[in-house]
Amino acid sequence: MSETLPPVIVGAGPAGIRAAERLVAAGLRPVVVDEAARWGGQIYRQPPDGGFTRPKKALYGFEAGKADAVHRAMAAIRDRVDYRPRTLVWNCEAGALDLLCDGASEALPFSHLILATGATDRVLPFPGWTLPGVFTLGGSQVALKFQGCAVGRRVAFLGTGPLLYLVAYQYLKAGVEVAGVFDTTPFAAQARATAGMLRDAATLAKGLLYVGWLRAHGVPIHNGVRPVRAEGAERVNALVWRDAQGQERRTSCDAVAFGLGLRSETQLADLAGCRFRFDEADRAWLPERDGAGRSSVPGVYLAGDGGGISGADAAELAGERAALALLEDLGRPMDGKRVKELDGRLSRIAAFRRSLSAAFPFPADWADAIADDTMICRCEGVTAGAVREVARSGQAREMNRAKALTRAGMGRCQGRMCSATTAELLSRTLGTSPDGVGRLRAQPPIKPLPVSAGAERREVA
Amino acid sequence: MRERIECDVAIVGGGIVGGSAALFLRQAGLSVTLLERDWCGAKASGVNFGGVRRQGRPLEQLPLSQRAHAIWGRLPELLGTDAEYIRSGHLKLARSEPDLESLIAYRERSQGFGLGLEIIVGEEFRRRWPALGDRAIGGSLCPEDGHANPRLISPAFARAAAALGAVVREQTPVDRVEKDGDRFVLLSGDALEVRARFLLNTAGAWSWRLAEAFGEPVPLESLHPNMAVTEPLPRFLDVNIGVEGGGVYGRQVPRGNMVVGGGRGFALDADRARPQRDAVLTLMRDAAELFPQLRHAHVIRCWTGVEGYTPDRNPIIGPSRTTPGLFHAFGFSGAGFQIGPGVGQTLAELVTSGETPMPLEAFRIDRFSPTA
Repeated sequence: MSETLPPVIVGAGPAGIRAAERLVAAGLRPVVVDEAARWGGQIYRQPPDGGFTRPKKALYGFEAGKADAVHRAMAAIRDRVDYRPRTLVWNCEAGALDLLCDGASEALPFSHLILATGATDRVLPFPGWTLPGVFTLGGSQVALKFQGCAVGRRVAFLGTGPLLYLVAYQYLKAGVEVAGVFDTTPFAAQARATAGMLRDAATLAKGLLYVGWLRAHGVPIHNGVRPVRAEGAERVNALVWRDAQGQERRTSCDAVAFGLGLRSETQLADLAGCRFRFDEADRAWLPERDGAGRSSVPGVYLAGDGGGISGADAAELAGERAALALLEDLGRPMDGKRVKELDGRLSRIAAFRRSLSAAFPFPADWADAIADDTMICRCEGVTAGAVREVARSGQAREMNRAKALTRAGMGRCQGRMCSATTAELLSRTLGTSPDGVGRLRAQPPIKPLPVSAGAERREVA
Repeated sequence: MRERIECDVAIVGGGIVGGSAALFLRQAGLSVTLLERDWCGAKASGVNFGGVRRQGRPLEQLPLSQRAHAIWGRLPELLGTDAEYIRSGHLKLARSEPDLESLIAYRERSQGFGLGLEIIVGEEFRRRWPALGDRAIGGSLCPEDGHANPRLISPAFARAAAALGAVVREQTPVDRVEKDGDRFVLLSGDALEVRARFLLNTAGAWSWRLAEAFGEPVPLESLHPNMAVTEPLPRFLDVNIGVEGGGVYGRQVPRGNMVVGGGRGFALDADRARPQRDAVLTLMRDAAELFPQLRHAHVIRCWTGVEGYTPDRNPIIGPSRTTPGLFHAFGFSGAGFQIGPGVGQTLAELVTSGETPMPLEAFRIDRFSPTA
């Protein structure tokens, strides 16, 4: 039975596409399930069909070549994969995925599954973060790439991580005024970490180029910053921040793009039964994977940012590597030379990634500064004070209890957006390490599921 | 160095029954140690549908259920919180004449228990619940039944007991239990030894283990109610809804979310369960048929739990038939939330005075044994 099932890939970003390409080359016809209408993932997201004429160079900047290559790779195998765009995987149960497409639900059985689910922004709240005009970095990038519009006329870029400079650069290139880049990382930490990045001089050079370009265009770049609040009545009109010397300052803007690195989308791996471990670099619980992308569950593989944040280049390599592991597990002949090559490049990227997380460290003190009345879970309207209270009173010593008692993580996003904050608040209040408060158990549906899908079931032939 | 605790009563299981028993025992002045292997109220007591319902129970449960009803009325004083408990009424729908007849028959049979059931049909039914008018021909309303948030209520009983001086130990599984003369001895790993004159077995779906340890095997089966919740919707429903003949049940919480249940989840292992895809989809279909307001809504979460079911769907409550000082209360068969505090109070009575006015004959533990 299982031999006859085609391999299934979830996600058509760089990891998913390279995995599909490798499986097709081996003569298989994988199913590629993707939420977006067009392939490319988030990083190489394509504008909607029709009417958009911005060239790839404008959309993806330095990455235009890579974006184009990834897009073309999928186009080339398009008729040799069972491609399912606009399709949400809402559950994984008993050897089958549950798909939602065009309002109808369908179960898709699998024997071999590659999860290339990607990542979303990691955010921690600050006063005013729920004002209209405050976006995530990733969200503001999507607006530019996918919708051809900017989130504001004068945008402040706040947070940390490579995306901070990249998106600021992309906005500047698109003709938007950049009010400033407000990096939470002290300059010294970045300078120290740069040494480690020399291993990947090209990427480092790119990063330096963004910074240089921003500076050359008069964009102020501030290091060691903490946000005080986003101000505004109907919409954000200023970012109030504290500089490295502790001085409170104010920058007028009509939008804030904000993010503290990325967080992996791991619910499917959880529902598939994968074992998790705490990853210090990502400060998150991640599904265990070996160097080839095998999870703890036979037949389930992890590739790309969904299994740990490594960026788009690593995702391409990891996607192909996971496909090779899958082929090996099917007992098919394997290209040993290619495996060696990929393993070598992946391990170099891993080293670079460690330097990168040192260059953009997570601001561990952030949670302490969140005022009790700040809303931390927008779906359910839960405040920081509510989470601290259940921790202080001994009612909750781990995430799932905090969720049960406060509702944090119970709303539409199921904790995908707020659980980083809840974990930080809990662990800081309880005085444990960040991994000491556990992680939210995934529950279906992974994203909201229309009730009407209950009446719209497709039976598997 | 193993910690030793001597006390009057040891309780195994910190759900709504164990937690409320601990509270009432403390009120009576006995020393209590409550052992919970997970978190208090984290299992079936805390993840159930949240219906606080007397209507529809077998008649033999109604005295306990009425007793519990009085306790539910005193939540703020007992727990310091009302935990979203609302006496909204519980409306059981009839979709056919025979269903309506069985609702009428239940009202007749339960007459003496004080449920105050009202059969509402026709024009008045459609006027009061226009949303349900074309899906049911009528219903039976229990005006004082309602619903509550189980995630808050169930842990609150154990917390209230602790506030009165009960020793509550969470993350403390009981590995061994034995009788040493007139003392029960409970061991949790190398960490803890509890010695007690009385032992309450309120361990939910896992209670059969303790019962078996004292020579009282019971046919307890684990089942998993399948539930789902939508995002908040405008208020359209003020009662807790059930359907005669079962199938689907629903309630709208103060925040506006609609909680619905129906069908079964499946077991991952002895301790954990998951919603089942077909049950979830069927529930969504049935719920949308019953509540058209859900047609354009989204389900944001599904869940289930682990509940102990007995063959006759009545709980096991009362003294052990083999071991003096041991009392059982489990096997509520998916209907323990409302009745739980009444059972806790009854267990406290049995321990303190050796008797209770509550009729427990139908709940004897030995009713399933071949010789009974």
